Amino acid sequence: MHVVRPLIFVWAALMSLLALTIAASFALTGPLSLVTSMGVATVKAVLVYWFFMHLREEGGLIRLAAIAGIAWLMIFFFLALADYATRSSS
Amino acid sequence: MTSDHMVDAASHPAQPGIAETAEERVSYLRAGHTLGSWLFTSDHKRIAILYFISVTFFFFVGGAAATLMRADLLTPQADLLSDEGYNRAFTLHGVIMVWFFLIPSIPNTFGNFLVPLMIGARDLAFPRLNLLSWYIYMLGGLFTIYVLIAGGVDTGWTFYTPLSSMFANGNVVLAATAVFIVGFSSILTGLNFIVTIHKLRAPGMTWGRLPLFIWSLYATSLILVLATPILSVTLALIAAERLFGIGVFNPSLGGDPLLYQHLFWFYSHPAVYIMVLPALGVVSELVAAAARKPVFGYQFVAGSSIAIAAIGFLVWGHHMFVAGQSAYASAIFSFLSLAVAVPSGIKVYNWTATLYKGQISLDPPFLFAMSFIGLFVVGGLTGVILAMLAVDVHVHDTYFVVAHFHYIMVGGTVSAYFGALHYWWPKIIGRRYSLAWGRLSAALIFLGFNLTFFPQFLLGYLGMPRRYHVYPPEFQVLHVLSTAGASILGVAYLLPFTYLFYSMRYGKPAGANPWEATGLEWSIPSPPPKHNFAERPTVTRAPYDYTIEYEESDD
Amino acid sequence: MTERVQVHEPFVDPAQQHAADMLGMYIFLASEIMLFGGLFAVLFVCRLLHPQEIAAASKELHLWIGGINTAILLTSSLAVAIAVQLARQGSRRAVAISLAAAAALGAGFLILKAVEYRLEYSDGLLPGFSTASKFANPATHLFMNIYLIATVLHAVHLSIGILLLAGLVWKLLRRSLQVPKRASVIAVSGLYWHLVDVIWIFLYPALYLIR
Repeated sequence: MHVVRPLIFVWAALMSLLALTIAASFALTGPLSLVTSMGVATVKAVLVYWFFMHLREEGGLIRLAAIAGIAWLMIFFFLALADYATRSSS
Repeated sequence: MTSDHMVDAASHPAQPGIAETAEERVSYLRAGHTLGSWLFTSDHKRIAILYFISVTFFFFVGGAAATLMRADLLTPQADLLSDEGYNRAFTLHGVIMVWFFLIPSIPNTFGNFLVPLMIGARDLAFPRLNLLSWYIYMLGGLFTIYVLIAGGVDTGWTFYTPLSSMFANGNVVLAATAVFIVGFSSILTGLNFIVTIHKLRAPGMTWGRLPLFIWSLYATSLILVLATPILSVTLALIAAERLFGIGVFNPSLGGDPLLYQHLFWFYSHPAVYIMVLPALGVVSELVAAAARKPVFGYQFVAGSSIAIAAIGFLVWGHHMFVAGQSAYASAIFSFLSLAVAVPSGIKVYNWTATLYKGQISLDPPFLFAMSFIGLFVVGGLTGVILAMLAVDVHVHDTYFVVAHFHYIMVGGTVSAYFGALHYWWPKIIGRRYSLAWGRLSAALIFLGFNLTFFPQFLLGYLGMPRRYHVYPPEFQVLHVLSTAGASILGVAYLLPFTYLFYSMRYGKPAGANPWEATGLEWSIPSPPPKHNFAERPTVTRAPYDYTIEYEESDD
Repeated sequence: MTERVQVHEPFVDPAQQHAADMLGMYIFLASEIMLFGGLFAVLFVCRLLHPQEIAAASKELHLWIGGINTAILLTSSLAVAIAVQLARQGSRRAVAISLAAAAALGAGFLILKAVEYRLEYSDGLLPGFSTASKFANPATHLFMNIYLIATVLHAVHLSIGILLLAGLVWKLLRRSLQVPKRASVIAVSGLYWHLVDVIWIFLYPALYLIR
């Protein structure tokens, strides 16, 4: 049971974060809402990766592989944003 | 009596083939004779041969489309192909050459064959996944052949919206499906290489001792795994756009056609490095073997492969300078594009420094490597010109761009492909080929290539746009020169397949190390035995530790 | 411990095989992240271009059904994580039960998703099937198209995950998959399941909670 208990704590944390993000959606709007909901989702993803997906036990190489996808996606988001955020709407 | 007979046989070329050698009898080539033993193999060496045959087939299919185009361009009028036919010819040429030849060419043939041999492993990490990757490639290939027979597709290999989503009337969905499928083959190969290079290196094969070809394949695999899925989802959106009109790229529903170009080039610009990085790795191997010297600045050549892969992801916007992208974004992309020239330059300088004062061999593989360096420099420098925002506006979508990327893709990658073929052929097949014919085809390819594509720089600079087959008469001289070069090039590309094929039966046994090169792959018999290494090798030496023979200097 | 693990070609020891399997799966997951990443990029660009219309369209979605489905998937991930721990201890039946529970929760997600599609159909919000005139403006139509593509692609991945877990349960019950000898197989398959969950963790706020 001692190996299962921490997993249940993680699950409880995930459920609370879910409640938090739903509650925030009623309170916040615009960019603040986007940042909050994506921030909460990121925390949830980190919990799943760290505890459920064994990153806690694995070495640096696996951890690097785990963040490679999301890091590369950020390249796309930021450089594409360089276009969309500065495009003149004429 | 018997010995006399043998001498006679060896000196008499008309005698049928040289008998099977002891190495061949236990090699991977003889490990099974049925068709099934090839089609269901999980041996990386046999899968490499399967890829070699299929990739070569598509090279000549794509070449046939190019032949049609060059023939049509001989005169300013449209005399061979209709407008629609010309569009379909250049689209198929692009689609087949990019996805069915250039991207799998060096990684899936020489990479498959050499990665385990070079790092001292028995096979790739996931042998059956490797075979699956070939089947996925062939499935995509079948779709492409079907598109070809069903009348082709006319969007250009880039499938730009809104042309592809709303106006094109070819088999866009089928062609996109073919490319979508072949993408998974790329992802699986990249995944397999990364895991193999990380986890299956022989004891002592540290990162600092890895052959540079392995470094470049590692960088290539990173791009294959991280960029290809974006292409998959983009092509799926194109298909959905055509079939259901989802509107993501359609302004009338609030979508954005330029978003397609962002997504497409986020894959396709790194894909250029998928095509050229393995070639850079091959040339690093060939240069060291040609000069019989350690590669100058090994760490920098290795690191520059990774740098090219990483920076290659930051430059895609230079394809969109005139497409309506914001001027700020264009300026950023222009700057980042210039930055790619730095690691590319490092490679060229280090090869040159490696050759400096070397006893340079002029055997066929090394001639290909030398012509690669020259053509890559021309292609790279014109790339720097194109990365400049202001200059690009002048030559965008002209033959200048066509010439530029053919210098990299054909002058670079295809030369390296033939260089690799001539270098490792004795290892793969176990026989020597005629060096004289090899030198001749290297020279012919260099000559034919320059005659084909150098005039296109001039054409583009004078204002000839790409993708047109009817043009003002003043461009005809340069087009005729280009077509003349293309006919030399076509013959020169066929030539190696004749004497290499001949060598399979009539060539002299190559021995384990015909070029007296360093590297684990040369330490085992040619052709390699089924399980590569009799026992797991232990590496104790630095890479490329050629013994340098110092000569007394006069000055 | 180590001698109880099977090693197959081309690996030399179990640690190497486990590390290679984990790395291979993580790299595959990175490519899956890029695949869905393209859709997220499309979604964010459309949101940037039409902030008001997209926020209004998002409010039409069934927030609570999506929320319950998120809870279902999070719970299924817990079941898979527990199964991996149990597999390492070698309790075969308990592993099979947890994996079956996770697969059943996954199936529950799909059923609830189907109910949701049915509600959207009667609301006239499901593109392709509903008449376009129900949409308040073109951007709403566009948003619902992206919603449909993203959720269907996710459902396809989830279905593959359910088949994967069902296959493992079947092999465990037939004893052709032995624990703890091959607990690694369950850990590696579990990674895929968790990723499908993580994708939903992002899809839910990105689609349902735009305000």
